[in-house]
Amino acid sequence: MDKPAAPATADGWEPKIVAFFCNWCTYLAADLAGTSRMKYAPNTRVIRVMCSGRVDPQFVLEALAHGADGVLIGGCHPGDCHYQSGNYKALRRFRLLKRMLLAFGIEDERVRLEWISAAEADKLRDVVNEMVAQVKALGPARLGTPPEDWAVGLEEEADEEVEGVTV
Amino acid sequence: MSADTNGQPRIGVYVCHCGTNIAATVDVEAVAEYAAGLPGVTVSKTYKYMCSDPGQELIKEDILANQLDRVIVAACSPSLHEATFRRATAAGGINPYYFHMVSIRELDSWVHTDIVEATAKAKDLIRAAIHRVRFHKPLERARVNVNPAVMVVGGGIAGIHAALTLANAGKKVYLVEREPSIGGHMAQFDKTFPTLDCAACILTPKMTEVGQHPNITLWTMAEVDKVDGYVGNYQVTVRHKPRFIIEEACVGCMECIEVCVFRRGKTPDEFNLGLNMRKPVYIPFPQAVPQVVVIDQDACIEFRTGRCKKTCVEVCAERNAIDFTQTETFDTVEVGAIVVATGFKTFDPRRTPSYGYGVYPNVYTAMEIERLVNASGPTEGHVTLRDGRTPETVGIVHCVGSRDVNTNEHCSRVCCMYSLKLAHLVKEKTGAEIYNFYIDIRAPGKGMEEFYNRVAEEGVHFIRGKVADVYPEAGNTGRVVLQAEDTLLGRVRKIPVDMVVLATGLEAQADADEVRRTFNITCGGGGFFMERHPKLAPVSTFTDGIFLAGCCQGPKDIPDTVAQAGAAAAEALALVDKGFVEMEPNTAYVVTEECSGCKTCIPLCPYTAISRVDGKAYINPVLCKGCGTCVAACPSGSIRQNLFEDEEIYEEILGVLANA
Repeated sequence: MDKPAAPATADGWEPKIVAFFCNWCTYLAADLAGTSRMKYAPNTRVIRVMCSGRVDPQFVLEALAHGADGVLIGGCHPGDCHYQSGNYKALRRFRLLKRMLLAFGIEDERVRLEWISAAEADKLRDVVNEMVAQVKALGPARLGTPPEDWAVGLEEEADEEVEGVTV
Repeated sequence: MSADTNGQPRIGVYVCHCGTNIAATVDVEAVAEYAAGLPGVTVSKTYKYMCSDPGQELIKEDILANQLDRVIVAACSPSLHEATFRRATAAGGINPYYFHMVSIRELDSWVHTDIVEATAKAKDLIRAAIHRVRFHKPLERARVNVNPAVMVVGGGIAGIHAALTLANAGKKVYLVEREPSIGGHMAQFDKTFPTLDCAACILTPKMTEVGQHPNITLWTMAEVDKVDGYVGNYQVTVRHKPRFIIEEACVGCMECIEVCVFRRGKTPDEFNLGLNMRKPVYIPFPQAVPQVVVIDQDACIEFRTGRCKKTCVEVCAERNAIDFTQTETFDTVEVGAIVVATGFKTFDPRRTPSYGYGVYPNVYTAMEIERLVNASGPTEGHVTLRDGRTPETVGIVHCVGSRDVNTNEHCSRVCCMYSLKLAHLVKEKTGAEIYNFYIDIRAPGKGMEEFYNRVAEEGVHFIRGKVADVYPEAGNTGRVVLQAEDTLLGRVRKIPVDMVVLATGLEAQADADEVRRTFNITCGGGGFFMERHPKLAPVSTFTDGIFLAGCCQGPKDIPDTVAQAGAAAAEALALVDKGFVEMEPNTAYVVTEECSGCKTCIPLCPYTAISRVDGKAYINPVLCKGCGTCVAACPSGSIRQNLFEDEEIYEEILGVLANA
């Protein structure tokens, strides 16, 4: 795939962050940031879901695998979920996912879960700005482009393994 | 018209300029041109205002002329115009859920400054929508019947007005008030600005009407404990605190108060802000509705020792209205809509110690002065100091707990005007010299500026400066000195006064946070409840069927409160009178063939919408509210969610990243 690093800036690379915002708190905070004309880094791409509980960990992996440099999940504060407890479920999944991501060497700052209420436009701005700065410092995730030789020898090894196993 | 799912979809993309709101920061022409080149896009256009009639007409015409089967509008937030464009899509003859909205204003042009970056972002977001819409399916909105009853929470002027409006429209209303009487803060006021009509004279008839209205069930000493259900069908559990009086039996003769073993009151009277004492059995104020006494458990001898002579029971005789054994009880009622009118609390001036409230006896809050000037107040309308003297000089300190970064940033909106009112009333009653220390006089609204001029002409003094300090005058005069920098004269003024009135601001109720959780609504700045849209949906909340009225939403005066309460009642009426609501079809459903029956989903559902039928999961579409938690958890991917299908979200992810 051609790579016109987007959004393009003078000095080239800018991180791209996929954001999953819940419809009732964080998406509304983003709306409020808009109506309040707050300015923040243009690196997020928001995907609206009804609840942070809808965010399947697979979404995060999919985003990273397709070139996202970071993933931000935004939900209602604990106790404030529009659906009573969806954010708690998001938190549990997030904790599990983080353990795996860290084991894979995906830096802590790249995947975040934040509670941002509908009134906290300033928090939204600060979280996005902070995250963009952190991810920028880390550099591209490069998970979307595995090295050419990543699978060399894997198939042979796998074959050997299979041969050694008695079913 | 059916979706062409086999071949390419025929997508129409519309990029809105929103005047210059979007077009100034996003190169809309470049975005439309870019979209035109993406697979599946048949039509790609820009238009000045997509939400205008011609804008909507454009969508409709294009659907018909170009056999479009998908529509994307990139404009403002879906919370504003998603419904508009769904209607326009339907008007073109295709299912409204073939439409998808992209926010390039709130999420893009309004929050970024760089045109190149903002344009790139708009392209990414629209590309994601183009990826997503091909998976859209035709959906139907389900109709659910609405319970015509309405609950109003809070019996101040806002709740009273909303309840009466609804009851007069023939709807059953449950009015829940936590105090022993309705009336709220307004019942404590003496006169109301700017007309100076007596608060009790205009409020009492409304309170009585509430008490007598056949359509209103009035529950005082009651609080909402739990709210279940959804728009049109809420089940509300109300907790009744014991009054120790059988309301139906009490005739309000107040003989029990007379004969109480306490010869004098020893408990600070809440209604008069502790300026006098009341007995353990009392009626909150003469005009209380219901006209029923209440026993204060903490003060009553019978509760404290169990050895009271119970003269009250004796005098009540065969009416037998006193019941020391009452306990908390609960009621659960079904209502279609709820109006939250839980009011405000006044700022506690102890939080700004430099004003000396609670330290110097003659520093009062404005609410206390309201009671002092009131004919039925603790001094029968005589404005006197704590030692009984009549004040000769009075200083009114504006903006106490308002417009102050240390306490509350907001302007409480009513303090300037009530300060002028109190200045007028105190001057009228005492002839005292009155000094107003103000930052700005805020007198917007009908008759307010005129009232300000009137009070100024009466000889009330105005000093433009925030009071920095209050301290006792030297020489044991009993007076205190108000020190402020007069910003018009440019020098420090020190004015000794007999009485200080602190114009305390309005704050959210102390338990606003718990109340908000009970009703599943949001708090905005300062803890006041947040409306759905500050301009266009000022009484709605983000929870359908729950409306706001009065100061719980933000400080406001009585005329605005009544207007807002009327609006909330009208919105609630529009909902319940229609008889049904249409639900957003974003519910989850099970692809039964793929379900392994593992039961992972069942405990996750907060609405117990999922059950196991024939070894497979089944989701009751009426109970499902569409959060999607079960969808994310299903190990076999057999639970799907309308409007938020896995494919749709995966495509959005690919779409936003296609250039990454």
